[in-house]
Amino acid sequence: MAENSIVIKDLTKKFKVYFDKGQSFKERILFRGRNRHEDRVVLDGISLTVKKGEAVGLIGHNGCGKSTLLKLMTRILYPDKGTIDVKGRVSSLIELGAGFHPDMSGRENIYTNASIFGLSKKEIDRRLDDIIAFSELEEFIDNPVRTYSSGMYMRLAFSVAINVNADVLLIDEILAVGDTNFQAKCFSKLQEIKAKGTTIVIVSHSLEQIEAFCDRTVWINDGKIVADGLPRDIHPEYLDYMGQLRNDQLKKEKAREEDSAKEESGEEETEEKEEDKKRFGNGDAKITNVKILDKDGEEKTVFHVGSKITIRVTFKVKKKIEDAVFGVGIFRNDGVYCYGTNTRIDRLPKFDIEKDGVLEIEMPVVDLLPGKYLVDLAIQSGNWVPVDYYKEACSFETYSKREDCGIVRINQTWHLPEDIRKE
Amino acid sequence: MFKEIWDYRQMIISLVRKDLRGRYKGSVLGFLWTFLNPLFQILVYSFVFAVILPTGMDKYYLFLTVALIPWIFFQASITGGSTSVLSQKDLVKKIYFPREVLPISYVTSCFVNMLLCFIVVFAVVIISGTKILLLGILYLPVIMIIEYILALGIAMITSALTVYFRDVEHILSIISMIWMYLTPVVYPKERYDNLPPKIKFVMTHINPMTPVINAYRTILYESKLPDMSTLLEALGLGVFFLVAGFFVFGKLKKHFAEEL
Repeated sequence: MAENSIVIKDLTKKFKVYFDKGQSFKERILFRGRNRHEDRVVLDGISLTVKKGEAVGLIGHNGCGKSTLLKLMTRILYPDKGTIDVKGRVSSLIELGAGFHPDMSGRENIYTNASIFGLSKKEIDRRLDDIIAFSELEEFIDNPVRTYSSGMYMRLAFSVAINVNADVLLIDEILAVGDTNFQAKCFSKLQEIKAKGTTIVIVSHSLEQIEAFCDRTVWINDGKIVADGLPRDIHPEYLDYMGQLRNDQLKKEKAREEDSAKEESGEEETEEKEEDKKRFGNGDAKITNVKILDKDGEEKTVFHVGSKITIRVTFKVKKKIEDAVFGVGIFRNDGVYCYGTNTRIDRLPKFDIEKDGVLEIEMPVVDLLPGKYLVDLAIQSGNWVPVDYYKEACSFETYSKREDCGIVRINQTWHLPEDIRKE
Repeated sequence: MFKEIWDYRQMIISLVRKDLRGRYKGSVLGFLWTFLNPLFQILVYSFVFAVILPTGMDKYYLFLTVALIPWIFFQASITGGSTSVLSQKDLVKKIYFPREVLPISYVTSCFVNMLLCFIVVFAVVIISGTKILLLGILYLPVIMIIEYILALGIAMITSALTVYFRDVEHILSIISMIWMYLTPVVYPKERYDNLPPKIKFVMTHINPMTPVINAYRTILYESKLPDMSTLLEALGLGVFFLVAGFFVFGKLKKHFAEEL
């Protein structure tokens, strides 16, 4: 059994939210009434043990308390109840470049910055060459930091933080540092640090990063641990939940938009202009509503790979459209065109549309691999005249526990040579 | 905790260096201000208390200099030190280090400043032709360290309080002015003899700066060895304030990041 690196027991943290706080004696005494505050519970009885050498990802939606937990681990904040015990030297990539002085040279700033992490002069001397080499700033290291570009600045700061040789490394939203080359270098450096047995805790919204890097994911919601386990077990659940949350939010937004549209008809024009970029066509008919439904007819935006997806399109017709064609195109969010078809390709008999109606596109098995997908919808008339082409009309996400990769799952069967099969 | 502060000694060194270097940056006379500021104070006080309102002290300028330079260090430590945590808000909110490092660094940089100013003090002593007592000079570091301990203890309290109440900074500039006139800096301690005994006791034995200033003056002005009782009294008060400082600071530091 590996020893424990971080032990958290029944940790509670409250923040006082002042309505109107006095900063001085006078204000505090004269306006005692204003000292009213609410206790907002940010973390509510969290217990967590992290073993030495483990890499843990903390996930959760904004404001769930994960960054607060990280700050408690660094001991910037103290718990109200419970205990938190972190063994060894802690380095954090939370605030890069703390204490940098613009007029001092890169080299001097390395000393200042590293000293804030608690390194002695000897220790810094020993690491100086590594730090400079890693930052790739050899030529500029004796220039004042104010002459650096922001990228160079971050590179220097990151190099110091990562070369501290901490026992515990805490990271909040990593790797937005420098160009892609430098990012790749940071990533492999982190892997190296992890292999050396450093305990790492990452807060990130990027599930891919966590999946690629962590052995364990802890999902925090409203100050409590909801789930704790292997990233690929927890991430789908999390995505599902987030999808649900997003759906609810979208519904609310839509309701609000409709309200304000009713109130201020003047605003409609600008909205339409905004829409114009995503839509074109002669306007004889218009798509008015798009919904994505799961197999039970429930609205949803996150699906397991291989699920049944139905797109329900409501449209209005101004003028009769002869020999109409409905089309659908699915793009991955990086622009890869994944699939497209229309009623003519699918050899539906010719039809005209005269009245408002609802169309459903039922896709029994959508095997698109995990990612975010955007759906284009279109109504055209017989001679390919666009009536309403609606780009990115809706979107959905897919997730999977399997790790196959590419764009789409092809359900293959492996036939091994017979002599192997026998064993 | 003290081991941890020791581990962060390089941070203290860095901050002191940054502070000393940054203090007069951009000014034409630069580091000279370190000497000019106290020099002019000495001139003004000497004019007032030797010419206009004579105290009757022999070589008043020397009498004043040996007490004023240590007093300036003490005053700067507690008033400037009060904002030492507040002014490093960004560091405190975003990164962990033993918070004690901040007041320690500030007081240390004031201390280094005082050491430099002792060049002026020795120059004045030599010019005045006063006998320099070699054994007395050996006592100087002891009394300086006692003063450092005392200043640090008080600065820790004021710096922690300032985070919660921003008024402390302004209140302190008033207190430090009053405090100076309640300490025998510009006048001799013998003046207390005319006071009622109770008040005299408070002025000489409760005010922690009185024995400190007296010790400096005994060594450099009177060319005598300070008596042990004065030194012990100063040490006792210094240690008391240091312990109190660490205690108060330790209690209050837990919510620094939230209050800033």
